[in-house]
Amino acid sequence: MLLGSLLEESAQRTPDKAALVCGERRATYAELEADSNRLAHALLARALAPGERVAVCLDNSSEAVISIFGAWKAGAAALLVNPGTKGEKLRFLLEDSGASVLIAAEKKLEQSRDALRGLPALRATISTGEGQGPGTWHDALAAQPTSPLPARASQDDLACLLYTSGSTGQPKGVMHSHRSLGSATRSIVQYLGSVPEDVVLSVLPLSFGYGLSQLLPTFQVGGTLVLERSFAYPQLVLQRLASERATGFAMVPTIATMLLQNNLAKFDFSSLRYLTNAGAGIAPALLKELRARLPHVRIFPMYGQTECIRASYLPPEEVDRRPGSVGKGMPNQELWIADESGQRLPPGSTGELVVRGEHVMLGYWKQPAASALKLRPGRRPGERELHTGDLFRVDAEGWYHFVARKDDIIKTRGEKVSPREVENVLLALEGVLTAAVVGVPDALLGQAVRAFVVKRPGAEIDEKAVLRHCGKALEEFAIPKKVVFLDELPKTPNAKIDKQALLERSEAK
Amino acid sequence: MSDLSQKISEFISSSLLLDSNVDIAGTASFLEAGIIDSTGVLELVQFLEETWEISVKDEEMVPANLDSLAKLEAFVKRKLGG
Repeated sequence: MLLGSLLEESAQRTPDKAALVCGERRATYAELEADSNRLAHALLARALAPGERVAVCLDNSSEAVISIFGAWKAGAAALLVNPGTKGEKLRFLLEDSGASVLIAAEKKLEQSRDALRGLPALRATISTGEGQGPGTWHDALAAQPTSPLPARASQDDLACLLYTSGSTGQPKGVMHSHRSLGSATRSIVQYLGSVPEDVVLSVLPLSFGYGLSQLLPTFQVGGTLVLERSFAYPQLVLQRLASERATGFAMVPTIATMLLQNNLAKFDFSSLRYLTNAGAGIAPALLKELRARLPHVRIFPMYGQTECIRASYLPPEEVDRRPGSVGKGMPNQELWIADESGQRLPPGSTGELVVRGEHVMLGYWKQPAASALKLRPGRRPGERELHTGDLFRVDAEGWYHFVARKDDIIKTRGEKVSPREVENVLLALEGVLTAAVVGVPDALLGQAVRAFVVKRPGAEIDEKAVLRHCGKALEEFAIPKKVVFLDELPKTPNAKIDKQALLERSEAK
Repeated sequence: MSDLSQKISEFISSSLLLDSNVDIAGTASFLEAGIIDSTGVLELVQFLEETWEISVKDEEMVPANLDSLAKLEAFVKRKLGG
């Protein structure tokens, strides 16, 4: 199956159904199918060969969705770029991927004009916006037919390049095929129980695996996707959730925190069937509050990484009993934990999570060494197993609990400390809005545990109060050596807490 | 530019912006221009509340009130007047 068929098949089944709602625009499946065929023809008119990369650097919009499907229908791969990406970084991504076409907003192209000079592979740009002249979206699509195109790719061809920042070094392009994204999509549809009646609202950028995995499952079942550009105005998103009668909403922990700062009782969320969390683990204290304030909503704490999109989910009926777990894996795959030498570990152990299945990436773009570290030979000839670099504890009943990124684990006084464990303790203290924990270099301890805390408005807690609270729940070596109060925590473009920035801040002081 | 706009504009360029070459007054949407993100909105509201001693309600934290200099000026004037 090629990914273009997710749209094609829904357009055949329910052509007049609302597929996408973005701002004022409501597009039916037939309209999106027609426009993405037009764009595919336009790309072919620009001599796009199969396998070439089409960079899509757009806010959540109908153009973004049409561009992704248009690229697939043309047999190309979509390079999905966070719309907030600025000149030099954008240049790096285009250069590294060798993208032939860039689709971006008129303003973005204008602002990046200097940075985009002299890229040998880049043959064409298409600008979205009001403009109608040569090189614009309007002009590119205007003269093209809406007729479907013959398949120009095979299942194992590159479908998507998603760059991940990683904590050090240049971003790496995660390569996903039609097969891998299709497999992840089917698994998600299965465990969420997605149906055509779904109305899924997403504020996450499509360049984020978790954002893309709102689009694909919704289109597979012929549901409706409501795209918002950001969560900057929670009130607007809450109104939208209510007025569109959304049935599903995707969160990362920072969104959950902001959500809970609003009076949710004011809105009619009677249609809301589920909330999902991924991107980073959600603290049990947050889950508890969400459950209390939205008791009719099913919550799916999930785990994934760009390299396989998704690997596990906790069934909602288990959330109250084991809020610290992300479940036992999702359908159509296998997962386990392994020790340093790659040996499988029994329940009750802690080790690196290994994932096996069709949803595992092809590798990192032009990075064979980095790919070989992450993808190890599997049990079938040619098969690759994904070594996630994430440590999990599996309890006696087989439930997986995230411990830390292997790179993030703090080693202090010879003891290992999971930043997540300390963060969960901090978040359980009244008056703490958000918190992040990192290990900073320390001459005596190797690393010292440092906590960064954002207080709730009006909360009167000081370092001593925080440390006293930690002392009640943590082993002595895991108690932060220092607590730094900040007005906010630095975030990555995907709204995750930017621990690298916190570390740099610590070093600068 | 009014005194009020001037103050808001200074706050945005000194506290929210990384890039000093942005024309704040000429920007139709801070969000679209990437000038402001979710934490930026909260900071901006806090600044308005402290500077003009007004109280911004949850339901007033919408782009119609906050997403450009002109909208901000009109919003603060409305709050001060009523």
